[in-house]
Amino acid sequence: MSSKLKSKPEFADRTWRYFVISVPYVWLLVFFFIPFLFVFKISFSDPIIAQPPFTPLFDWSKDSFDVFLGTLDNYRFLTEDNLYWLSYLKSARVAAISTLLCLLLGYPMAYGIARAESTIRNLLLLLVILPFWTSFLLRVYAWMGMLSTHGVINNVLMWIGLIDQPLKLLYTDFAVYMGIVYTYLPFMILPLYANLERLDLSLHEAAADLGARPFQVFRDVTIPMSLPGIIAGCLLVFIPALGEYVIPALLGGVDSLMIGRTLYNEFFLNRDWPLASAVATVLLFILVIPMMIFQKYQVTTSDGPE
Amino acid sequence: MTEQEQRQSDQKKPGVEPDKAPWLNKDAEPYIKIETLTKQFDGVTVVDDVNLDIYEGELFAILGASGCGKTTLLRMLAGFETPNAGRILIDGVDMTHIPPYERPVNMMFQSYAVFPHMSVQKNVAYGLVKEGIAKTEINRRVAEILELVQLSDFKGRKPHQLSGGQRQRVALARSLVKKPKVLLLDEPLAALDKKLRERTQFELMNLQDQLGITFVVVTHDQEEAMTLATRIAVMNEGGFIQTGTPHQVYEFPSNRFVADFFGATNLFEGEVSRVAGDCMHIQGDEYNEALKAQLSPEIEKGEKVWIAVRPEKISIAKEPVEGERVTSLKGIVWDIGYYGNLSVYRVKTEAGKVVQVSTQNQRRLAEGTIDWDEEVYISWDASSSIVLTE
Repeated sequence: MSSKLKSKPEFADRTWRYFVISVPYVWLLVFFFIPFLFVFKISFSDPIIAQPPFTPLFDWSKDSFDVFLGTLDNYRFLTEDNLYWLSYLKSARVAAISTLLCLLLGYPMAYGIARAESTIRNLLLLLVILPFWTSFLLRVYAWMGMLSTHGVINNVLMWIGLIDQPLKLLYTDFAVYMGIVYTYLPFMILPLYANLERLDLSLHEAAADLGARPFQVFRDVTIPMSLPGIIAGCLLVFIPALGEYVIPALLGGVDSLMIGRTLYNEFFLNRDWPLASAVATVLLFILVIPMMIFQKYQVTTSDGPE
Repeated sequence: MTEQEQRQSDQKKPGVEPDKAPWLNKDAEPYIKIETLTKQFDGVTVVDDVNLDIYEGELFAILGASGCGKTTLLRMLAGFETPNAGRILIDGVDMTHIPPYERPVNMMFQSYAVFPHMSVQKNVAYGLVKEGIAKTEINRRVAEILELVQLSDFKGRKPHQLSGGQRQRVALARSLVKKPKVLLLDEPLAALDKKLRERTQFELMNLQDQLGITFVVVTHDQEEAMTLATRIAVMNEGGFIQTGTPHQVYEFPSNRFVADFFGATNLFEGEVSRVAGDCMHIQGDEYNEALKAQLSPEIEKGEKVWIAVRPEKISIAKEPVEGERVTSLKGIVWDIGYYGNLSVYRVKTEAGKVVQVSTQNQRRLAEGTIDWDEEVYISWDASSSIVLTE
């Protein structure tokens, strides 16, 4: 009875809803999925010195069935040359450690902001976002100035008398971690803040009332309740950090060959587009698989809070 | 009030034996002793110099409107707020500066605060796990308490799979399983619908009776306080106005605030004009006839008083009622409210004062019913007049 009465506005409502949902999907289709298909296609070609610098995948001139000229050589090469595995591993390690550092730094900050007086909370949030207002490249260059042999940090340390010789800070792994943690910290803080801010304080009190000491309250209630925020923040830091190119290129040493750098080298120095495409495709799968596992985990546990 | 009346009023209440009402016994040691307790937030005094004794096995209600300080008082008992002055003793031990996790007190939160990421079983077991009790013992006690609150079949469920009433019982079980010396309940029934609330009231009373734990309930609902509690403390602006059994606070309110807070009350302002026999007559501007009240030794002639009369103690008739001790006022029916079991009449007296009268609807078909705008006489006995001086 009621459905009959409602049917008309419901229909309009649904069309509108589909439209709104479809906009970002169309965007992703056009600007992400289709370009990816190009990359995926190129990864099965051979490099040649031509324009474009790869062989076509299909030969339409022949009338036979062997029109497909694709090859798995690029993928085979990735497994044969240690360089690629090492740079994947290096990237994964740097991204994982940076994510952990961001979490350790960001969690207390997010917690502090969420529990701050409402009058200063917005100011604190603003300070977190403030670095985004200057160019990313400029900020990385600023770090070079800070970390270089005669940079701010070395000068201060020598002036205090803590060291006699300037430390080698720039072009080290330390500088890379510094740069990544600095750049991606807001991506950790913001989702954590959004989560912690909604956290029901009476749950903390209930745990304390039942005999949990402050640390136990944190372990048993705060952390599990903020797990969605922790996971979101970690993904937001880990994924861009894994493919990060600029920070290791500017702050890292020659030996810190991360996958982003390798990708750049293959594309622009070697002009081996097919191999570079294969590197990019593998990187994507490395990222997609853990995310799918996480998604599955989230579905099975989402009968938790939310 | 005679002791006989006192006993009758306490008879149905759980926990406390009727003839052993400990608050009447001068030698009884209070279980919870609150001494000159004061709490301020940003210079505003929320709880103001409060003293209170609660005895073992009582189901004590703290009643007040929102913002009266009752929740802050409860939170100080639980240990979530530190008082600015005063002490709290539980079973003879000073608890004022003991953190909540070390107090032999548990609280049931108004929002229930059931851990959403834990199953019913884990929620209830949480407090016992923190005590470091052996696993088999925990399982036994959790099963026992879940049986008691009829949630045994739900122990594997997560809170979001439960109804509001079930969540309330999880919260109750979780705080009772630790066998606290005192259970604090913050508006325990406020989130339940009316039918469930009535049932849960009796369940709470039964549980309290079975376990013998002292309950302190904070509520804004006077009906809830009256059905549940052995004694009620009425709170306003950070202090207690009256403490007594439900019968005492309803029938013998100590001032206008309490009289008005509990149910409906008709208040008449006036002066004691004369004493006749065992009655005193009160005259005022709001009514033409003298109001009659039981003679009271503390009140002198000429003193300014208020007379409070409960609507159910007033009878309404088309003919005047005569009598030595009867107050009778003439008026017209201004408004009638039909509530099924009772009818409420608002009668405008000759002097313009509107008086509320309620009568039981004992018959389905009333003969000679009183109608709108009809001329009626309202009357009550002198013993029904509550004389208040403040």
